[in-house]
Amino acid sequence: MNYHFEFGWLLEYYPQIGKGIGITAELIAVGAVAGISLGICCAWVRALGPAWLKPVVAAYVELIRNTPFLIQLFFVFFGLPSLGLQLSELQAANIAMIVNLGAYSCEIIRAGIQATPRGQFEAGASLAMTRFETFRHVILVPSLQRIWPALSSQVVIVMLGSAVVSQIAAEDLTFAANFIQSRTFRAFEAYIVSTIIYLALAILLRQALAIIGGFIFPRRTAR
Amino acid sequence: MIEFTLWDILRNLLLATRWTVVLSLVSFLGGGIVGLALLFLRISKRKSLRSLAKYYIELFQGTPLLMQLFIAFFGLGLFGIDVPAWLAAGLALVLWTAAFLGEIWRGCVEAVAKGQWEASASLGMGWLQQMRYVILPQAMKVAVPPTVGFSVQVIKGTALTSIIGFVELSKAGTVVTNATFQPFTVYGLVALIYFALCWPLSKSSQILERKLNVAHRNH
Amino acid sequence: MSLIEITEVRKSYGATEVLKGINLDVASGEVIAIIGKSGSGKSTLLRCINGLETINRGSISVAGAQLLDDEVHLKALRLKVGMIFQQFNLFPHQTVGGNVMLSQTVVKKTPKPEAEAIARKMLERVGLAHKFDAYPDELSGGQQQRVAIARALAMQPIALLCDEITSALDPELVSEVLAVVRELAAEGMTLLMVTHEMKFARDVCSRVVFMHQGRVHEVGPPEEVFARPQTPELKQFLGLH
Ligand SMILES: Nc1ncnc2c1ncn2[C@@H]1O[C@H](COP(=O)(O)OP(=O)(O)OP(=O)(O)O)[C@@H](O)[C@H]1O
Ligand SMILES: [Mg+2]
Repeated sequence: MNYHFEFGWLLEYYPQIGKGIGITAELIAVGAVAGISLGICCAWVRALGPAWLKPVVAAYVELIRNTPFLIQLFFVFFGLPSLGLQLSELQAANIAMIVNLGAYSCEIIRAGIQATPRGQFEAGASLAMTRFETFRHVILVPSLQRIWPALSSQVVIVMLGSAVVSQIAAEDLTFAANFIQSRTFRAFEAYIVSTIIYLALAILLRQALAIIGGFIFPRRTAR
Repeated sequence: MIEFTLWDILRNLLLATRWTVVLSLVSFLGGGIVGLALLFLRISKRKSLRSLAKYYIELFQGTPLLMQLFIAFFGLGLFGIDVPAWLAAGLALVLWTAAFLGEIWRGCVEAVAKGQWEASASLGMGWLQQMRYVILPQAMKVAVPPTVGFSVQVIKGTALTSIIGFVELSKAGTVVTNATFQPFTVYGLVALIYFALCWPLSKSSQILERKLNVAHRNH
Repeated sequence: MSLIEITEVRKSYGATEVLKGINLDVASGEVIAIIGKSGSGKSTLLRCINGLETINRGSISVAGAQLLDDEVHLKALRLKVGMIFQQFNLFPHQTVGGNVMLSQTVVKKTPKPEAEAIARKMLERVGLAHKFDAYPDELSGGQQQRVAIARALAMQPIALLCDEITSALDPELVSEVLAVVRELAAEGMTLLMVTHEMKFARDVCSRVVFMHQGRVHEVGPPEEVFARPQTPELKQFLGLH
């Protein structure tokens, strides 16, 4: 193997890489906030919501969890326009990620709700709170705290999975890597560098989620 | 322009599904073997081996599968071989699957009560005997549901190999879409086929998990 | 008119009938001890009164508010009746003050400063004003139970239901909780308490209800019930103690 590694192009293409990192970060930030919110709503339905809505949410969750994200993305970006819903690459990527994380976090959060001691529901009820008020003020935060590590892992998985949005030409980090390799024909270096950046992003994201967790849940102990 | 019936579309997709299935099986089996090796490294007595496995797992779990596929595809190319897509796809998926299975199984081994190690040691068993006769049989029972569950991730993971040009279900979806201009129908069908492959596995994993929990509670 | 009217209440879990026609009227200011063997339906009765279980037959009303199985009626009833649990059930993610303020702000929409003032006052009453900013897991069991009492009191109920509120406590912590209850009784609060503390029942309660196999088997003032039990079941029950 007499291949010469060459990383000099890095200097030239750092704007592309920077932009790619920015878009990947934007995608996961929006995806995490909206996806987890969607997951909370769906988990509420599945654990405590009206009976007629439960099968609808269950079908959504099963469908998403048993199909590849790539196909979900293609369906949103290529399929929905034929229904008259025109989306930009970034919008499609955002929607696909939200919908995807929504389904996974629904299941994770539901497990947290179900692990809640029954006494917490009863205490809320005995204080004249409605079922929803009890959920909102008593059940939700400890439930999220219980499953925060699992939820954080899922967010990281979705961030790494977002690499495929480059396939609909959303200009994320992978898109930048593809662009650089097509210009420089230095495929190996381009992908090694972006892989390292992804690894760093994953580590950072994990840290950030731990810190956010510390903010939302000031108490360490949760039963 | 040629008219495509729904059946034409479906038939083409189903033909390509074969390769999704084959690749999934290869990845799962290959990944299982490498994953078992990783497991032994991960729980070995030598710290260097343990950290080696740990870094391997962190690397593969901390980077996108797509990047791993690209690196396998273009990296093998550096050796001057003309890399067929299936080889890069198989290699990357095996290594990726191994990382996850190794980590899942480590959790299962660690879930075996500490007293079991101590009891078997007190009976004069060596490390290998402890593993073979006491720890692994117990760990394996716990390992079945999450392992079956992970096979779903493997099947879904194979979709990414379409991006480096391996022709399986997802790639066929793109090809057929380009020929028919019916993305809604085609990707809808592709999703349903994946669902048909994955859902039974997801469900079995859930059922096995529930059975295991019940068995544990009755202890 | 009685404050709490329980008429012919029946409750089944599946095929097993747990309450087999309960009749009990409680006047305002009464302190009632409910005693009986394990499984006789004491908890179930209290939980029915607070709408935590739905009854199959009969009726329950508190100060004119009917127990009906919809959120409007349940809320009206629960605003009048507070409940204290064996396991405290404090909210782990809220401070002591937060626990006592939460339902005031959420349910009654009491403005925060006012809710805080009430919370401090109630915590004062149970002797825990200084723990306002502590979290539940920093308190002893007895202190947690007193917070739970303050939390219920903050809703200004006209009656309190207490289900074995000292059973989860270490023996040396029982008296501090009972002291609080004794004070409430002295102030005229209507109390229905399931308890195994016979001495306490004798000293503080106006009436004792002995439950047996889902029925009110004997009722009377403590002097009567403890000194001259009428039925063999009650004699046996008291003999066990
Ligand atoms: N959720 C439930 N499902 C089925 N049966 C129940 C349920 N809750 C209570 N029971 C049954 O109802 C009967 C009465 O229970 P209850 O808790 O009211 O008894 P108790 O008098 O409070 O006993 P203890 O002194 O042990 O607390 C018991 O036989 C119990 O097994
Ligand atoms: Mg009880």
